[in-house]
Order: sequence, then C-alpha cells, then structure tokens
Amino acid sequence: MAQGVFIIAEQRGGEIRKVSYEIVSEARRLADSLGQKVTAVLIGSNIKDKAATLGHYGADKVLVADDPRLETYTTDAYVSVIAELVKANDPAIALLGASSQGKDLASRLSARLGVGMAQDCTQFSIEDGNLTATRPIYAGKAYTRVTYTNSSPQMATARPNVMAKNEPDESKTAQIIDATFSLDDGALKTKVADVMKDETEKVDLTEADKIVSGGRGMKGPEGYGILEELADIIGASVGASRSAVDAGWRPHSDQVGQTGKVVSPNLYLACGISGAIQHLAGMSTAKVIVAINKDPDAPIFQKADYGVVDDLFKIVPALTEEFKKVL
Amino acid sequence: MNIIVCIKQVPDTETQIKIGQDGKSIIEDDIKWVMNPYDEYGVEEALRLKEKFGGEVTVVGLGPKRVTESLRTALAMGADKGILINDPALEGSDSLGTAKALAAAIKDLDFDLIFAGQRGVDDDSGLVGAALAEFLDIPQASVIVKVEVAEDGKSLKAHRPVEGQTLVIESSTPVLITAQKGLNEPRYASLPGIMKAKKKPLEEKTLADLGLDPSEFGEGARKLNIVELTPPPQREAGKIVEGETPEQKAGELAKLLHEEAKVL
Repeated sequence: MAQGVFIIAEQRGGEIRKVSYEIVSEARRLADSLGQKVTAVLIGSNIKDKAATLGHYGADKVLVADDPRLETYTTDAYVSVIAELVKANDPAIALLGASSQGKDLASRLSARLGVGMAQDCTQFSIEDGNLTATRPIYAGKAYTRVTYTNSSPQMATARPNVMAKNEPDESKTAQIIDATFSLDDGALKTKVADVMKDETEKVDLTEADKIVSGGRGMKGPEGYGILEELADIIGASVGASRSAVDAGWRPHSDQVGQTGKVVSPNLYLACGISGAIQHLAGMSTAKVIVAINKDPDAPIFQKADYGVVDDLFKIVPALTEEFKKVL
Repeated sequence: MNIIVCIKQVPDTETQIKIGQDGKSIIEDDIKWVMNPYDEYGVEEALRLKEKFGGEVTVVGLGPKRVTESLRTALAMGADKGILINDPALEGSDSLGTAKALAAAIKDLDFDLIFAGQRGVDDDSGLVGAALAEFLDIPQASVIVKVEVAEDGKSLKAHRPVEGQTLVIESSTPVLITAQKGLNEPRYASLPGIMKAKKKPLEEKTLADLGLDPSEFGEGARKLNIVELTPPPQREAGKIVEGETPEQKAGELAKLLHEEAKVL
C-alpha cells in the first residue's frame, strides 16, 4: 500500500527555493499525523551538497536525481524522471510548491500518473488517513475542500508564503540517496534556449513578503514613483490594479487580481485602489491589508485592517519619511 | 498552419459567487457567461498566425449548449470552424475527464499548434492544457506571453515569465501553448464578422460520437472530489487611522504596522 509523503523540491541555479522549505515543513506535519516518512526529491545538476538542508526542515530521506540534462527545468525531462521515482517509491501523498515551475510540473505529472491534483492549496489536513486539501477558486471568491479517489499519490501544490516554515534544525539529518532513473533523449522535445533576467531585482509578487500596490488613483505612470520609493525603504515589491495595467501605466506582470497574480504577502498596501471584486479576489489571503484612498466609501476599506482616508500623494511620501526614521 | 484553440466558458470576472444549497456548487442563475479571458489571447494569437502562415483555426469547447455563444464569438473574431463536445454525461467531470474528451475530439484533426488559456478563471487549476498535451503526447509551453514561429512552421520559441526571469522555450511542433495576459490584445468581433460567424460550421459531438464510454466521465469518475464550497474567510473592516494632518496619519499608521501588526 502506498506510504509516505513525497515532496518535490525546487532549485534554481543550484539554490533551493523558499517554497520548498515551506512544503517540507508541511509534509512533516502531515507525515507525523499519519505516522509515516517524508521523502524529498531534489532534481538538478551538481546539487547533492544542497540535499542536507531539506533534512533540517524535516525530510527523513532525500532522493537526489542528478544529471547535466536536468540542470534547467523542462517539463519533459522533469516529469519523466519524477514519474519514474514516484512509481518506484509509491508514496501516498506528493506535494509541490505552487510556483511557476511547480504548477507546470504538477499539472503534467498528475496527467501522466492519472491521479487527482489540487492546485495552489492554502491548507491541508489528514482525515481518516487521507489527504484533504483546501484551495481558493474564482481567485478566492470561494474556497473548496477536496478529497481524492483512485489517486496514488494524492497530489497537490501549495501556495507560496502560506504554509508555515519550520525552524531549521541542523541536528536533524536526512538519509541522502542517489536516485536511479532512466532519461531517454528522444523524450526531450523542448529546451530552454535562453533565460532573460527581469530588469527589476524585486521579488516576484507571488513570493513577495510585502507589496505596495497602486490603482487608478495613481493618476498616471509617473505617480508610481512615490510607491517605488516607499517599496525600496520597506523592502516591498510593487503591484498594480487591472485598470492601471489596462491603461498602460504598469506592465502586465505587475497586475494583482483574478486575471493577474494571486498574492499572499504579510503586508499589502493598496494605494488609490477602490477594491473592485476582481482585485480583492487576488489579494484576500494577504495577512495585513492597508488601504489609502481619498474616498471613504471605497469597498477596499471593508477588507482593510488599517485604512487611511486621505490623499495618497500626501500620505505615501510622509509614510516613506516615517519608515526612513525607524528602518 | 492549422491551429486549434480550446475554449472554456466561465462566469464573468465581475460575478459575485454564491454557493448553492448543496454546498458543493455555485448558483448559476444570474451569471453572465463569457469566454475565459485567457482563451481570448489564444484565439487572437491563432488568428495572427493564420494571417501570416495561412491554414485554418478550429475552436473546440466542452459543456452545455450555452458554450456555443463563446464559440460563435471566436468564429466572429475570425476562427474558421467550431466543435462543441456536449453530452450530459460530461456534467461534473474534473480536469482529467475534460482533457480526455478534448483529446479524443482533437487527436484525428490535422494540427500544428494548440492554444489553451493558462487557467480557467473559475476553477483556477491550470490543469486541462497540460493534461491535453499529455494525452496527445505532445510537448507543452505554459503561461506564454510571446510566440515566435520559425519561417518553416516546424518549430517555435515561446516566452514564459517565471519568478524574476523569462524563459525562452524552444519546441518542435506540434506543441500546446497556454496563453497568458500580455500575449496580445484580442480583437473585438466586427459586425460583418458576427454575421459571417452565423454561417460558419459548428459541429456538436457526444461522447459516443468520439468513441468514448460515458461511464468514464462526469461526477462519478472524478479523481478529485468536491467535499464542500465555502465563502472565503471574512475579513472585518479594521481601524481607520486618525490624525489632523497627513503627517500625523502617516506617523500613526507606521506605528500601528510596527507595534501592533508587527509586519515592519
């Protein structure tokens, strides 16, 4: 019978990404309630020396799939290798991070294995020995709880910044094993021809701890200067509402909402955003929401933990000055 | 170059979602149904490639009769023909079931490219495109904002933004691409386009027509079962920060974020 919790760790350029530690931590909690083991799969090229840290966060075992052809993620290669490892190890549960890579990989992998997969979950629990996953749908306008039928493993991806990360404990060590797998060159139909780095050094909105976001109230692209300044001081990324993006003030990649990015930062500071339902949907899992808006009736104030009814062009620079003093 | 675009019909993004009596589905009464916004980018890109390379654009949808409207919209934009997979046995299918039916309808068509939206803005899973590519045994490039097809049409480069960078994925054709906002600006259907669309072929197919066994679809065949739908956790309106001047308000807000919320 299928046993244990698998997690697929994500690395880029040999560095394990934060969401991987979040899912190892979550996998540990689930495995403890099942009385089973956590196995992390680490896949890449020359990455074995990174395997130990997964143990510090709670993995009992790390399977290292090391091959020069696995250096950069491609759907073909990773799905092929991981499907083989899953079949050989027969885990009851398999978790991935709901990053760009994790979502792409999990989708194709679940189809290859013919199992159910719950995307971008915010909560997991074990009920009667089986996985129950909770996930927002309609970009957070509703939540659904799902269980699995005929799915071995029960697969899911976890939204970044949501699962609590364990404190790393260096006394906890994982057994590190070289995975054996076959990889047929004929199965590799795509390759990464080029990688273009974003101009901004800012953390992507989906992974950001803090977001300063601007809407129609910014009045134009130049208005975002004061948001950039505030963001620099507090270490935030800058987002935008759909109306600001559709007006051409900010790039598509900055859009937060149902047709943009769904974000889960610790702090979301909404400036000049009225709070259209499709925007609220994209940021409702933020831990603390602040709204700055001239209009006291703006719907955003119904969702905000802290509201400032005033001209954002006066409040934001003053706020930047305040944080300069304390940070 | 023959291109297929998969189309899903979803509630308009302005829709308030209300949960039904059964606690597992939404109330569909007042919903305005539209083409999934990400699918529109797929239709537009297919039309642009057709204008450059020639060939045909076929749109494929799945669901009840109302989905015809979204397929007609795509035909009015300029697609050549449509297929609707409509069978009561499909009701309640999960992503894998949907992809299996789509694959059966598409596998015998002559195609170089398939577009799908990067996700449906209803279920937000982003699974059907990948599963369809898997069942057709073709590669995928997902969440794509730019497509550059080689002159001979035999390969392409697809730009995929991920956290902090953009990957340029090179693939041979046929390949399945899932469209992301930024790929293009979808055109509006013109009045002559709408008139012409009424005469374009739109074929309906049942599972039996596709040689599929209805017992493998629908609610009973789901691998992922919906236990319940709930409204999102309610957020209470919080404090309005008081102060005489903007400076005072900013000072108070900074203090609250630092000392009370402890996020800074």
